[in-house]
Parts: sequence; C-alpha cells; structure tokens
Amino acid sequence: MAKKNSVIELDEVVVKFAGDSGDGMQLTGDQFSDTSAFIGNDLSTFPDYPSEIRAPQGTVAGVSGFQVHIGHKEVSTPGDQADVLVAMNPAALKANMKWVKDGATIIIDIDNFDNKHYKKAGYVEDPLHDNSLEGYNVVKAPITMLSRNVATSAGLDNKTADKTKNQFVAGLLYWLFNRDIKIGEDFLKQKFMSKPALVKANIAVLHEGYNYAETIEALSTTFHVDPVKGKKGLFRTITGNQATAWGLLAAAEKAGLELYLGSYPITPATEILQEIVKHKHLGAVAFQAEDEIAGISSAIGASFAGKLAATSTSGPGLALKGEAIGLAVMTELPLVIVNVQRGGPSTGLPTKTEQADLLQALYGRNGESPCIVIAASTPANCFNYAFEAAKLSLEHMTPVILLTDSFLANGSELWKIPKMKEMPAIVPPRVEDNAKDFYPYHRDPKRLNRYWAVPGQPGLRHRIGGLEKGDVTGEVSHDPMNHQIMVEHRECKVQKVAEFIPEQEVTGPESGDLLVVGWGGSYGALISAVTDLRDEGKSISLTQFNYINPLPGNTEEVFSRFKKILVCELNMGQFASYLRSKHPRFEYLQYNKIQGLPLFISELKIKFNEVLESI
Amino acid sequence: MATKFEPLSIATKEDFKLGAPVKWCAGCGGHSVLSSVINVLPETGAPKENIVFVSGIGCSSRFPYYINTYGFHSMHGRAMAIASGIKAANPSLSVWIVTGDGDSMAIGGNHFIHIIRRNINVNILLFNNKIYGLTKGQYSPTTPKGSITKTSPEGTIENAFKPGELTMGAQGTFYARTVDSDPKMMREVFAAAAAHKGTSVVEILQNCVIFANQVHKEITGKDVRKDNQIYLKHGEPMIFGKERNRGLMMKCSKMEAVTIGENGITEDDLIVHNAYDVDDTNHYRLVRMELPEFPVAMGVIRAVDSTVFESELYNQVQKAKKESKIKNMDDLMHSGNVFESKG
Repeated sequence: MAKKNSVIELDEVVVKFAGDSGDGMQLTGDQFSDTSAFIGNDLSTFPDYPSEIRAPQGTVAGVSGFQVHIGHKEVSTPGDQADVLVAMNPAALKANMKWVKDGATIIIDIDNFDNKHYKKAGYVEDPLHDNSLEGYNVVKAPITMLSRNVATSAGLDNKTADKTKNQFVAGLLYWLFNRDIKIGEDFLKQKFMSKPALVKANIAVLHEGYNYAETIEALSTTFHVDPVKGKKGLFRTITGNQATAWGLLAAAEKAGLELYLGSYPITPATEILQEIVKHKHLGAVAFQAEDEIAGISSAIGASFAGKLAATSTSGPGLALKGEAIGLAVMTELPLVIVNVQRGGPSTGLPTKTEQADLLQALYGRNGESPCIVIAASTPANCFNYAFEAAKLSLEHMTPVILLTDSFLANGSELWKIPKMKEMPAIVPPRVEDNAKDFYPYHRDPKRLNRYWAVPGQPGLRHRIGGLEKGDVTGEVSHDPMNHQIMVEHRECKVQKVAEFIPEQEVTGPESGDLLVVGWGGSYGALISAVTDLRDEGKSISLTQFNYINPLPGNTEEVFSRFKKILVCELNMGQFASYLRSKHPRFEYLQYNKIQGLPLFISELKIKFNEVLESI
Repeated sequence: MATKFEPLSIATKEDFKLGAPVKWCAGCGGHSVLSSVINVLPETGAPKENIVFVSGIGCSSRFPYYINTYGFHSMHGRAMAIASGIKAANPSLSVWIVTGDGDSMAIGGNHFIHIIRRNINVNILLFNNKIYGLTKGQYSPTTPKGSITKTSPEGTIENAFKPGELTMGAQGTFYARTVDSDPKMMREVFAAAAAHKGTSVVEILQNCVIFANQVHKEITGKDVRKDNQIYLKHGEPMIFGKERNRGLMMKCSKMEAVTIGENGITEDDLIVHNAYDVDDTNHYRLVRMELPEFPVAMGVIRAVDSTVFESELYNQVQKAKKESKIKNMDDLMHSGNVFESKG
C-alpha cells in the first residue's frame, strides 16, 4: 500500500453515494458496505431512490442515492448527514447538499459539471464558482473520462465502458478509507462471475480510481475506522425485506411445515416475494397472484390446506386485503400479513418511509375483527419478528399483521447469524387423523385457539367460512347469544397473547424524567438520540414497542415510572392515540413527522431537550 | 359431524350426505345439482377426505354447507383464488368450486380468468341463473340485454357475458354446458369435468324460481328441449331435434342448422364434434349459438390437454430440492458473503 500523508482515526463515518438512477450507485454502496463488514465495522445502510425506474437523466428527480454509516462502535442508523458525498452530476449535488456535514469531503465527477447539466439540475449559478461549496473539501475528479479510457482499453465499447465509472468511485473510496482493494476485486469477480471481460475492465477502473486518489493532493488525508470490538461470531449484511423472508422460511422449518407466500408485486414489499421464490429448494412456494386480494385469498386457501401461509404487501395492498383478513379472523386460520409501510394515503410516496398504517392494521376491517399486530424495529430484527409473527399465528390460530416500513425494508445492517437449534420451537395445534369428537370450533383453554384439521386428513371433514359459526360445533349460526360469545372468544384469544410475549423493556434507567416511546422502525434514531442525551447527563430512557396488539402486560407499569412520556412516530399520532385508548391515565406528548423521511437524531435531540427543560 | 371412525375406503354417495337442512327455495335448481354432484363423487375415485368444496358468496355458494366434504364458504368472488392456494398447497386434493353468475362473472371476474389461464386442476360449477338471487333480484353480467330487474326498471342496457366465451378467451382447456333439469346429462358432464386435468368450467343453466323463474324455459322446457338443445358428444355428428333429423353443418365457413333429408343433406354432411381440437374456432361457434337460429349447445364443448399449474410448480420444487446444496436454513444463512468477527 502506498504511503499516506496522514490517517485520521474515526469512530464512525457516513458516506453518501448519489448519481443518476443508472449510475450504479446502489452497487458501489453495496460493495463499500460489504468491504466494511468484511473488515469488521458495524454498519447500517439506506438506499434512497426515485419511484421512476429511469427518471430523466441529470435531473433532481432522477437522483438515486445510497447512504452507508460505518462504525468502530455499534451503529444504529444510516446517519443523519454525510461526512463524504459522492455526486456524479450537478443534480446529485443539488439534491444532497442539505444532507452533508459542514466541512465534508465532496467528490464530484467534473466531467458532468457543465452548463448543460446545470440547466437540467435547475442551477442558475455554477455551484463550483458561487461560493456555495466554501468550507467543503471538494474533489473534482474526471471520473467519466478516466473510466472510459481505461475500460475501452480493456476492450469495452463506449456505452458499456461508462457503466464502470462507479468502480472509479469505489477505487477512490478504498484509498480514502484505507481499504484493501483486493476485497473490491473479489466483490467484482463474484458479481460478474460469468462475464470475465466485465470483471477485467471493472477491476482496471477500480485501480484507476485508487491510483488517482493516491496522486492528488485533495485526498492526502485519509480515514481509518477500526473494527468493532466485542462483536464475536459469524455475521452477514441483511436488508429488512430479506430478513423478513428468511424469518418466515425459518419459522416454517421450525414448525415442520412448508412456506406458502401469496403476493402481488408492490413497492417496497416486492423483494420479499422475489426472495421467497428463490427458495423452492426449501419447499417454499411463492405464488404471484393476479391482484392483492388473490394473493391473500390464495394464502388463506393454503393455510386451510396446512401450509404456513403468508402474504406481503404495502399500505394500498393492505387496504385491498381487509375483507380477506376478516375471513382469516372468522375462520381462525393461521396467516401472516406483512405490511411494508410507505408514504400514503393512496399511492402516496411509494419509495419513501412512513408509519401511518398502524390504525389500518389495528382497525381496518368490518366488524369486530381483532388481529395480533407486531412491528420490527431494525432491518435485521425483521427476521425475528417475521419468525415471531408466524409462531404466534400458528400457535394461536389467528392472523398476525407484521408491520415493517420502507426504511427497514431497504436498509441493511450487520446481522449475527442465528443458529436454528437455538430458535424457539413452534408447535401448531394440529389434530390427529380420525380424532374422536373433533369439532372445528372446539378450543384449547390455554390460548383459546381452535384446532387445525386439514383436507386430506381422514375422519375430520368439516366446513368453515365467513358466516358466523356456532361455538364448538362450527355449524352456521345466527343465534344472538352465540355471536356475542364468538366475538368475545376471538377478542380474548388475541388479548391472551400478552401471556406469551416478553415484557416491555426500558433502555436506560428504569425510572426518571422523560420516557421516549417509539414503535417499529424508528428505533435506530430514537436509541441514538436518547443515548447521546443520557451521555450528557440527562434523565431520559427509551421504550420501543414491537408488540402492538396486544400490548405487553407491564406497559402501564412502565409508563407510571416516568414524569413525562413522549411518543415519537412517523405519522400524525396514531400510536399515541392508541395508547390513550388503552392506558388513558397518562398524558402522551407527541413528536410527529410526516415527510417520507426517517427520524433524524439531530431533530430528536432538540425535541427531547425542549421537553426535558419543561420538567 | 365426523365423530365416528372413518376408514379409508371407496366412498358411496351416502358418505357425502349431511344431515343439515338445505336452505335453498323449494323449486330452486340447486337441489338437483347437489344430488347430481353427490351421485357423481363416488365415481371420481377420489378418497372422500381428499375432496374439498370451495365457494364464494351467493345462493349457490351455500353449497359446501350441504355436502359432507371439507368445505370452505369464502368471500364474494374469491373462491377461485382460495382454491388456487389450496391446490398450490396440496395438488393431491380434488377441489370443486361452486359459484354463480354474479360471483364469478362480476366481482370475481378477475380470479375466474386467471385460474383458467393458469390451468389449475379444479372443477368449477358455475350456476348461471342470470340474476342476483341472494340480494333479491338485481341484474347480473349474464342477464340478457333489455331485461327488467330491480336495478334495471327500464331494461338492462349492458351486453351479457357468455361464460364459455370468457373461458376460451382466457385459454380455457375445458368448458361444458348443462342444465339443472337433466340429471343424466349433469352426471355425465360432471364426471368428464372431474376427469379433465386442468381447470374445468361447467356452466349449469339453473332456474331461480323466485327472481328469474323460467329464464331458461325456451331451452329446458320439456316440450322444446329436444329441438332447442344439442347435446354434443366428442366424435359424433352434431344431430339434434325430437326426430333426430336436424343437424349442424359448415357452409362457406359459417355454421348452419340444417334438416337431414332436405336439399340432399345426409348425416355425412354434418360436422363431427371434436372436443379435443386445440383450435378453438369451432368451440367458439358452438358456445355462441343462440335460439331461434340455432339450438343451444350442451355437453362437453372443449376438453384439451395443456400443462397444469401445480404440476409444473412441484416439478420446479422437486428439481430445486434435488439440485440445491442448501438443504435447510442453517445452510442458507451461511451461504454467500459471511464475515467472521473475532471481536
């Protein structure tokens, strides 16, 4: 490795890659993340892409980004603002200037900084000469030209050669962060396994970027982020959607069942369907249905026939599935509904994050139609909560809605690989063939679940459906008192789940001035902000809810130990209003944001300080 | 209730009878369809615990409550989607869908065409009474244009669907038509539907005694049915009529109803029904025939071989299981880029 002028040791650093949708920024981001994981950094990533596939080149609307936060200590969010920004064109610069720290290093592809591109990006003044970049360390690299020269000499045509420029960027970053370039080479060898010409050209461009960085003065200072200490074992990076899919697969294996997923493609949930369809070798079947309703209906059919059945969707799809969820409630069949929340209402912001489907998940059906609702809080723990959703659904014989969101689904983090033998057992209440005195709505008093007899089993023929059924017998019943009993059974069955889930935990002191309350995907920003303030000596703790319906049994007791409660969420206050209905004796302050963006640590700290000062 | 021990054995029709009262109106066509189905089930050879009836919403969709099999009375229009999941979960089950003209042609139209396009091996019994019965008398997608109903006091202004056309438009492999008043024909057609590998659509012209009484009387009336129906059999010339002297023949690439013996026409001039013809041109002609120019076509109009969704699916599953080195979740989670941290 070449000699470096000075190396700065950092605890953490945030890098943002931004360019046109076709510039390959997601790939470079993945490559840099994997390399960081390989050398033992903790990390969290978040892609930020437009909902159009290839929006007009060079425009702000077409900017695709990928942010990665790496650390020597534990990293909980992709970071509020970047220490290093790579902007492949003026639009990428314009779209991201507000997301970079003062004094950040900004690497631009100077070949795209001309009047034509300024116009497309909507710049009136040349940003390189209007003092707007004063105070930043701007690296003006001729990325397009140098990449094209190297890639064409390696035998690629001009068009293909231009696709290698993301490797020039990667090379620069490997230099800047003192990474072993061999890891980058291995990534490319694996990525383009069957295309040796591409491997050769991309590796050549990677080296070109590295060598360029080595020779220019602007990058004489480089960074080093040490591996995390105390993190032992086997790790991989995983996105929320992949973790969700794997959690369902793991639950099926643990329950001795095969997984069936009935889904319709919808952003940002599609990757769950795409992931499960790859695992037929584990006996999993994924059915791409003709619409959202057919997706869930087929899953209900598969559940009736004895599979671990699931459907995956996002907000608008959940709305379409409402009637079918009611059918699963009524027929008391196990079913996991994964809702990857996005900005709404209607089509809303398909690629942006939000937590505004909570009340839809809790109440968005006709009649008294209770569902278990749980929420994952990090990309990696989507695995655990998908597993848990399946376990609760199978053992309690009722549908479970698992809420994740776009931020978790597309974000990735380092995940310690679990061992299947250490995962909890799942025991569905199946019925033996020819069981005597089988009645379809006979219940287990412990969980109030009915029992699961499936077609093909001799001696258990029975009929279920959406009409109200007689208690125990399962015959159609319009009897008034029977309806009351059955409604209460279904509700009690869901409330009894509280006896089978962990107690609500508090991070930080068990009592004090301010209890910050979050749920689901806001965990990373909340824990970071709360920890920072506690380090400053403030009396502040966090409780993050993963179990929404039912709430953990000790919720009231946890709330009673703090002077003030602040509920933070990406909606207009849905969880706060739910808590008011369940535990009305407390006052719930709110922090709500509804911009399609995750919570930022900086804004949270301002809000927390404001509340703390009022105590 | 299945409270007694039931050995695996060849089922009899008694096995499928439930004690529960059948709550269709007296005189409803549903009763005779139910008894024909119960009669034919033992002939299909399926073990009784492997038979599943799935329905949507509507009068006909109460069917699963009246027959002793596994049954699922689901949502309006969604029986096809539920049944698709059942078959994809367990292809060895014998799945029957009971639906009506509102359930399958209106609210469930999308699922109807897609289950057919996929050719999932189920039998669809489409009760076509050309009216909404359970909601008491509104027009349906198969109600003849101009009909006066509760929601069309001046007569409907919508064109009616022909389920057979939709079936073939969706690349259907099996379509048959029968009537609720002809138990022998129903039995033959249901048996053929059960034997077919793929989605079998059986349109049953059914009488709604309350809201569309005698809607099919021109076709099914005792005095007219022999002249106004043609019961098609594969490999046989297309003959109909009380006197068996009427037939169908091609003239200048158009189908015509003719009389044998007139203008020198003999039986040899008539079209021989080929239900197995992959080319659906003639099947469309048969499906579209209407009174008074033509008799209405009955029997198995189309029955062709094609790939069956769930068989293909499980071929892929078996192949993947055989070829993949990843046999379980531990294997999967340790595949690809794994980093070891020694802390």
